[in-house]
Amino acid sequence: MTIAFYIAAAVAVVATALVIINLNVVHALLCLVISFLAVAIVFYVLGAPFAAALEVIVYAGAIMVLFVFVLIMLNTGGAAIQQERHWLTPWIWVGPVGLSAILLGEFVYLLWRNPMAAASDVLVEPRQVGALLFGPYLLAVELASMLLLAGLVGAYHLGRVDRQGADEHGGKEQ
Amino acid sequence: MSVVLMQHALLLAMVLFALGTIGVLMRRNLIVMLMSVEIMLNAAGLAFIAAGSRWGQADGQVMFILILALAAAEVAVGLALILRLYQRLGTLDADAADQMRG
Repeated sequence: MTIAFYIAAAVAVVATALVIINLNVVHALLCLVISFLAVAIVFYVLGAPFAAALEVIVYAGAIMVLFVFVLIMLNTGGAAIQQERHWLTPWIWVGPVGLSAILLGEFVYLLWRNPMAAASDVLVEPRQVGALLFGPYLLAVELASMLLLAGLVGAYHLGRVDRQGADEHGGKEQ
Repeated sequence: MSVVLMQHALLLAMVLFALGTIGVLMRRNLIVMLMSVEIMLNAAGLAFIAAGSRWGQADGQVMFILILALAAAEVAVGLALILRLYQRLGTLDADAADQMRG
């Protein structure tokens, strides 16, 4: 079962290296999603299935969708059309598809071999995590909720469209 | 879980963190820099999960959830700032924003 850990770790390192050397932001984003999925499999092998699920849902899902939305809003015009042409060449997606195929094979293998328990002999269940979160760590949870509220307000304030056109004059912020 | 597996998991976390650091230092595209920061946060979470799994405690996953909330808040504010910079400067180059004009 440790072989699954090493394969997922290798996929994570390769995908992360592809993120930082990829000149195209969208390709880098795709490789980053694969890196997060590989780290999720590492979590599962380490005996933390709840963290693996959260990694897929929040990191590879929600946060990456934020990046995709911003990339849509920052449509870079003519350069984007040039990029579209390059995207249609088949060799671009062979690498990421290969990496994710490795991950899919590993996932199916893990589930088929032992669907209930994780690979590691130590399994930390979501029940323990929840009991700890709302027991001794209650203050930290409240602080995290305040942080998320502050992030929400800050993102709303910063992302608001400025009607007065203060940006063009390079002038005063409210 | 064996000690060797935890050591290798920590090694993986170190490699991922180093890759994220290299990404922040090497790239000048703001979105790729933010993605590299996400990689570094993820590597820190991986270290917590590995340590929590080594001793069979749930504290590692609690810390991972807190890191997750931190990453979500950070990426929301960071992307809003990037949008703002792009509206003002018309580029995603981090070096274009090296001057402060109060």
